[in-house]
Amino acid sequence: MADYVRQMPNQGSADLARRPSTASRLHIDLPLLFLLLILTGYGLVVLYSASGQDFGAVIRQGRYFLVAYVVMFLAAQLSLQRYARWAPWFYVAGVCTLVAVIFFGVGAKGAQRWLQIGGFRFQPSEIMKLVVPMAVACFLAERTLPPRFQHVIVALVILGLPAALILRQPDLGTALLIAASGLFVLFMAGIGWRYIFGAALAVVASAWPAWMFMLQDYQKQRILTLLNPESDKLGAGWNIIQSKTAIGSGGWTGKGWLSGTQSQLDFLPESHTDFIIAVLAEEFGLRGVLTLMFLYSLVLWRGFVIGMSAQSSFGRMMAGSLTLTFFVYVFVNMGMVAGLLPVVGVPLPLVSAGGTALVTLMAGFGVLMAVSTEKRMVVR
Amino acid sequence: MPHPIALKDPHRETRIYQSRSFTAIAIVLVLLGIIVARYYNLQITEYETYRTQSDSNRVRLEPLPPKRGLIYDRNGVLLADNRPSFTLSIIRERVRDLDATLAELGQIIELDDGEVEKFRERLLRRRPYEAVPLHFRLSAAERARLAVDRYRMPGVVVEAQLLRHYPHGELFSHAIGYVGRINEREAEEVDESNYRGTFHIGKVGIEKHYEDLLHGKVGYQNVETDAHGRVLRVLERFDPTPGANITLNLDINIQRAAVEALGERRGAVVAIDPRSGGVLALVSTPGFDTNLFVNGISSKDYSALRDSPDVPLFNRAVQGQYPPGSTIKPMMGMAGLQSGLITPEYTVPDPGWYSLPGDSHRYRDWILRIRGTGHAPRVDLNMAIAESCDTYFYDLGHRLTIDRMHDYLAPFGLGQRTDIDTTNERPGVLPSKRWKRESLNQPWYPGETVSASIGQGYMLATPLQLAEATAVIASRGVRHTPRLLGAINGEPVPAPLLDPLVAKPEYWDAIYAGMLEVVNGTRGTAKALAKGIQYQMAGKTGTAQVIGIAQGAVYKEDEVDERHRHHGLFIAFAPVEAPTIALGIIVENGGGSGAASPIARKVIDTWLLGHSDFEDPADG
Repeated sequence: MADYVRQMPNQGSADLARRPSTASRLHIDLPLLFLLLILTGYGLVVLYSASGQDFGAVIRQGRYFLVAYVVMFLAAQLSLQRYARWAPWFYVAGVCTLVAVIFFGVGAKGAQRWLQIGGFRFQPSEIMKLVVPMAVACFLAERTLPPRFQHVIVALVILGLPAALILRQPDLGTALLIAASGLFVLFMAGIGWRYIFGAALAVVASAWPAWMFMLQDYQKQRILTLLNPESDKLGAGWNIIQSKTAIGSGGWTGKGWLSGTQSQLDFLPESHTDFIIAVLAEEFGLRGVLTLMFLYSLVLWRGFVIGMSAQSSFGRMMAGSLTLTFFVYVFVNMGMVAGLLPVVGVPLPLVSAGGTALVTLMAGFGVLMAVSTEKRMVVR
Repeated sequence: MPHPIALKDPHRETRIYQSRSFTAIAIVLVLLGIIVARYYNLQITEYETYRTQSDSNRVRLEPLPPKRGLIYDRNGVLLADNRPSFTLSIIRERVRDLDATLAELGQIIELDDGEVEKFRERLLRRRPYEAVPLHFRLSAAERARLAVDRYRMPGVVVEAQLLRHYPHGELFSHAIGYVGRINEREAEEVDESNYRGTFHIGKVGIEKHYEDLLHGKVGYQNVETDAHGRVLRVLERFDPTPGANITLNLDINIQRAAVEALGERRGAVVAIDPRSGGVLALVSTPGFDTNLFVNGISSKDYSALRDSPDVPLFNRAVQGQYPPGSTIKPMMGMAGLQSGLITPEYTVPDPGWYSLPGDSHRYRDWILRIRGTGHAPRVDLNMAIAESCDTYFYDLGHRLTIDRMHDYLAPFGLGQRTDIDTTNERPGVLPSKRWKRESLNQPWYPGETVSASIGQGYMLATPLQLAEATAVIASRGVRHTPRLLGAINGEPVPAPLLDPLVAKPEYWDAIYAGMLEVVNGTRGTAKALAKGIQYQMAGKTGTAQVIGIAQGAVYKEDEVDERHRHHGLFIAFAPVEAPTIALGIIVENGGGSGAASPIARKVIDTWLLGHSDFEDPADG
């Protein structure tokens, strides 16, 4: 849609008469950038404490942030038409690398997730977190919305194929996240409520026979442990008991920066990665948690606003999907550390230490900025 | 416009998107609300509980490792048990200066560098406040010295632990295997919570194959401790489930008889009960003391075992692949009968050699060197087995062709793993045209069929496979997957039944008769065994060449280097009326089957009569 709007002759709009700001010329969404900078700063402060006051860890993470911001900046420079045009090729290439992982992949603990080329290693499933919603959005944007039944089916195939390949690796968490990012596009595209309720009903209806007849006892046991980690006190439950103690003992004000007994005495496992929110909660208290959640909410709000003011359906759907995926990260991580949700390896966005997931996340924000700044170049 | 742009309604799309956005925002708010409520609940409502818990930090979860299951032989003789042993461990969090503590401990007891290095590795994988073992098997004197000085070293603890012990270590080294300390790779593979507090895992043999069964399930207890980490009281306790006690089909008496009969020689004996598929003996010599491995073998002991020319760590019974030689002949006879190419009455002329049609190369019969002629002008199946006539089987093999030979011999279990319940089993080789194409990328030559028909050439079998094939004959075609395991916690576990090898009863009779004649006939190749025998025994001798012998050259045993002498093989079953034991035996470089056959007599005597008075003619 944006195409035809853009092709219309300029009609002396006031918007165009105004000189574009530096930020918009650089395709940067200032409010979003500002929020991200605060969040990453907050994250580094917590990380210093969580890593056992290891300044090296902070420097390392700072370097990741630097790379991630550069990637975000670069991702913001590409126009949406270009993303839409390239999406199918990205998608085909992505699926090919996922297939290559099956044959040439390397990994640990029985899961093959990485491709090694020379000394360089990368995880194709990570890239698919962006490519899948892009491909689904690109496919739907070229058709009438809300999508028709046959288009919904095709979209499901587009998102299902890579999800299935990743499930095979096996990496249930990432497969679900990728499937969700595609489904969010469908949701934002306005897929009928009857499909949504129908699918929900089908899932519930098939869960029962699968549980009764298809799953082996040990598989059931694994699912039960996942749903109720505290039943496995020496394994997954141990982490949860410790993280709940850390969070709960933080109270309203917290024990103070670098003074969390649980975190500083090494009771907390993975305190600087997936469980970092427990350190924050212990040392900064509920105040600190609410501050973080407020910042996240502002990012989400900005994401929704960018989506609603986007000019093309492709941009809209991308913005919606990226925003909702970001929310899923926040929700799943904070929920699992607090013992509300199963323990799946999902980092706390912008705060957990680690590079790979961060770069993908920031590339996503780059695309969001591309959506946000595109509207300023066209006439309403 | 080529695009169906007319169908698109931008305003409607924007409207839909906005309504979806609001729905999404509403859902997001609800879910964020749930998270806030949860953190509020933990940090405000339950604050006191968690605050106390974290303040005193006095409640500690301790794993209670399960007791490893015991292993018995079929008579109830204990083959693997657990003995209390004292371990010196360190709780890292309670030690101020680890290096100083280690140095001080080094003054009190002897610590070698390897021990300290392994301790540091374990330290990296520990849970907070977990006692990490440093030194195992403290002697009483060491314990006394430690007791005097320990008050000066907080975080140093002496714990009683159960350690695996093998009362008959060397006798069952290859049958049972051993446990050893969990290494890094294993630590990644095992269920982390179930192995909390467990430092040993099955490494080979029964101990590894039945690891899940023997290990049991971990328990835990919540203990209250004082500021020094000393346990004040147990708050709650969930007992571990001990591992299952297992009874093996092995019989210590015949296992010992086989080891003693093999003596200093390298070789293997496998005995199977053809009625049940139970493995009665599994011997590979030389063995080694499995107790050495339980707490990490010293590098000196290990290199001695690894570098010995006798390769004691190699389990010849299941890993050793040898040319079966003439022991293949009873199975070949059955193949001939089944294919219809021969009958029990069918005869072959025997000049002492065989040539392929249109080829001058002479495939010699072993008897030619001794008598200068064949076994008899015409040889039938019975004589061919009893006197181990090569010419008969050259002719049969050539007519059968290699691929049909493969198909008829495969049901005896040759050329594939038997799937016995132990580790490191090798499949042997039962050659076929396809096998040679796939593994060597070469065509099959007719002369190779001739070698294969007397168990030479590419054909390879493990002693276990020979015993299994013999058991199939003894049971007249009933086939089992051989099993070491007989019962779990007293509950019998039968060996899995396989599809039987169906053949006419008179065929089995013919093979039986030939093998009986081997031991009992006047010209049988193992007639020395019949001396003073109190039961009917059937068998078949075999010799496997270690080095090739050129056409026309003569093999003289005394002139050949010991390592290049022929391997001696023997298969046997007894009693013939209702067989209860089937054997596969190899003596490496024994010179010939005469080295192997007396072992069968001693083992079967022990099994059937309880003892053996048989004197090896070679010893006399």
